[in-house]
Amino acid sequence: MSDPSKDTSVYYVPENGWHPIWVAVGVFLLVSGIGSWLNDLQAGVEPSRLILIIGGLILIATLWFWFARVIEENSAGLVNGQLKRSYVWGMSWFIFSEVMFFLAFFGALFYTRVLAVQWLGGEGEKAITGDYLWPDFVPSWPVVQNPDPLVFNNPGESMQAPAITEIGAWSAYLPLWNTIILLTSSFTVHFAHTAIKNRDRTKLNLWLAGTVVLGVVFLILQVEEYVHAYNELGLTLDSGIYGSTFFLLTGFHGFHVCLGTFILAVQLGRALKGHFEPHDCFGFEAASWYWHFVDVVWVCLFVFVYVV
Amino acid sequence: MSEASHHHVPAVHDDHHHGPASGLTRWLFTTNHKDIGTLYLWFSFAMLLIGGTLALIIRAELFQPGLQFIEPEFFNQMTTNHGLIMVFGAIMPAFVGLANWLLPMMLGAPDMALPRMNNLSFWILPFAFSMMISTLFMEGGGPNFGWTFYAPLSTTYAPPSVTFFIFAVHMMGASSIMGSINIIATILNMRAPGMTLMRMPLFVWTWLITAYLLLAVMPVLAGVVTMMLFDIHFGTSFFNAAGGGDPVMFQHIFWFFGHPEVYIMILPAFGVVSQIIPTFSRKPLFGYDSMVYATSSIAFLSFIVWAHHMFTVGMPLAGQLFFMYATMLIAVPTGVKVFNWISTMWRGSMTFETPMLFSIAFVVLFTIGGFSGLMLAIAPADYQYHDTYFVVAHFHYVLVPGALFSIIAAVYYWLPKWCGRMYDERLGKIHFWLSFIGVNITFFPQHFSGLAGMPRRIPDYALQFADFNMISSIGAFVFGFSQLLFGYVLIKAIVSGRKATSRVWEGAHGLEWTLPSPAPYHSFTHPPKVVEAEAHS
Repeated sequence: MSDPSKDTSVYYVPENGWHPIWVAVGVFLLVSGIGSWLNDLQAGVEPSRLILIIGGLILIATLWFWFARVIEENSAGLVNGQLKRSYVWGMSWFIFSEVMFFLAFFGALFYTRVLAVQWLGGEGEKAITGDYLWPDFVPSWPVVQNPDPLVFNNPGESMQAPAITEIGAWSAYLPLWNTIILLTSSFTVHFAHTAIKNRDRTKLNLWLAGTVVLGVVFLILQVEEYVHAYNELGLTLDSGIYGSTFFLLTGFHGFHVCLGTFILAVQLGRALKGHFEPHDCFGFEAASWYWHFVDVVWVCLFVFVYVV
Repeated sequence: MSEASHHHVPAVHDDHHHGPASGLTRWLFTTNHKDIGTLYLWFSFAMLLIGGTLALIIRAELFQPGLQFIEPEFFNQMTTNHGLIMVFGAIMPAFVGLANWLLPMMLGAPDMALPRMNNLSFWILPFAFSMMISTLFMEGGGPNFGWTFYAPLSTTYAPPSVTFFIFAVHMMGASSIMGSINIIATILNMRAPGMTLMRMPLFVWTWLITAYLLLAVMPVLAGVVTMMLFDIHFGTSFFNAAGGGDPVMFQHIFWFFGHPEVYIMILPAFGVVSQIIPTFSRKPLFGYDSMVYATSSIAFLSFIVWAHHMFTVGMPLAGQLFFMYATMLIAVPTGVKVFNWISTMWRGSMTFETPMLFSIAFVVLFTIGGFSGLMLAIAPADYQYHDTYFVVAHFHYVLVPGALFSIIAAVYYWLPKWCGRMYDERLGKIHFWLSFIGVNITFFPQHFSGLAGMPRRIPDYALQFADFNMISSIGAFVFGFSQLLFGYVLIKAIVSGRKATSRVWEGAHGLEWTLPSPAPYHSFTHPPKVVEAEAHS
């Protein structure tokens, strides 16, 4: 940042920096560590977590300094309107790639549910395979009886929503509450945005803090649900295709909520430090778009994983 | 490669125009699109040589029937890693390197839109490939399930090193996603005034569309390897029918990624030859608009044809018919392109410098690969061709004299702009003819052995295939070693080539040719005004 030029007609091209390659180093160590950890577990060897932890720390620290640097550059007036548009394009298409990531898992859910499980049960032209391998398998969704229960334990129960008429059961149904919480949080984060536009810092802090709290509550309820599934329902990752799709879809969504909550918390910290102006709040906006995205994914989850 | 040169740049903003930093940190910490482009291109050349070495090990083993040099288990690791290294390490990074070098210069931009992320996109790759290649030295050996890593070969029956393979794929995917976000932001946001969408050079257009394909399918690849990881380590049953999953589902998800991936490797090649052919025909590109629409149509169709890779797995008849006809439809926009390239050459005053030779060879040989693709698209015929050397011949025709030839053509064409020096035309032509003859001797006989029934991915074969395999292996060694000549031609040009003019080629059009050669370290701090004639060739 040798020259904080005020000439905003010039697109700011940052000088050489150490951040990116250290992110690459951190990621490399992190995934190498996770890989050897998993392989050690598989082989029954006492796993070492050292590399994983070092990589994680390098990654987190570097990202911290990197984002701090970008924020500094913005407050130094280096970021002109055109560069902000680059940020907007960047974030939007990043979210699109996340949508496609979830689509892969939704695709797996639809394919197994509509086609694979039915074929195993003797439907369609490919019936012979199922008849030959597991003649007793009766297709259903949720799959509570696996084709081969000796290899994959049957889940005791599913997470399926109660029938529409059972009002009492619905009020105790955690996923419904989680839906309400997440939908509410989309509104609160929007109110926080409006507060920025109105230069109302108190409201900004309150609505943003409220959003973070809702995110945390969602996560706590989700953990509660997982504990319930594992301990009381016998529904686990290795209990056949229903458990597989259920935990990967809700699990990756939960991971994204974690990330989103953390990003919003960082924005809250920035808001408390007095950052964000009506026309200069990209960090906040990116965080809120991400939050709306995890919200939309949850609505799809609620419909296709829990209710239908 | 690029020397800092200030004379072209307005003096007012000279403080923004540092030359490159000195020493190693220039390359490690760089945010400059030209430096990063150079890194990508040399990286991909290194991967080409490594992947090529694996290919030559395969061809040496197949020189004669019987087992000569290597064990079948090791042979499987060679075919797998050859494919993965060439697809993800050689072809894709080479095109990203070209995009880095060329997009800002073609659009009149100072640099890529997000320069630091650009550095990260590149530097993930050497780590990812170190991880992937290191699997070959792990206990139990490297990935041995083919580059398509079908479950359950890649899950239940995979060596332990598959875990690292999965993470390497994750890292490559992250690199590609960041790279394509950067390319999209650059193209949509960094165009100089007057550079409307329909004035963009075709290389820019094809990369814009390719970047969307990458964004749409790399996350799906990440999803499918994640499911593999969970099947292997956490007991899920996505690809195991005993738990209600389906190994065929792996193929569906993989090819939903895999088919657009094929076009990711060929659309930028279309862009490259659409720049080169007009230059050496001294005519504007015929049918520019239709080229844009054809590219978009191909991209759209690439999402609805994936199951033509799986005709023999047992799909419902309606599915086979749909995927067969949808696949054949791709021949229409592709035909438009080939027609346009030929029409561009028609009655042009053509000259045949090395980039043009590679481009013409591209048009002819890629079309052969396209025709064999049409044969494979016919479901009942595919029952016979599936998993034979005919398929190997088909996709090597589109990838080697297709994608790779276009990359080589691009390097010859723009090298004078990058380093300010000309390559040795006589050596370039020798390189071309060796490559052209080598590639055809290698892959043309594989059509015949495939139609006669020789299966792919085997280290030994029946005696009746011996002659074709011997010819094929000789061609492979000719082709492989002539790429060392390519390296020599490049280094010779960079070190001691004759100085290039700024226009370089008499018939060249486009903004990059208005810059001096070598192009200054920062191209356009202040955007130029674009007039129609300079926009695209």
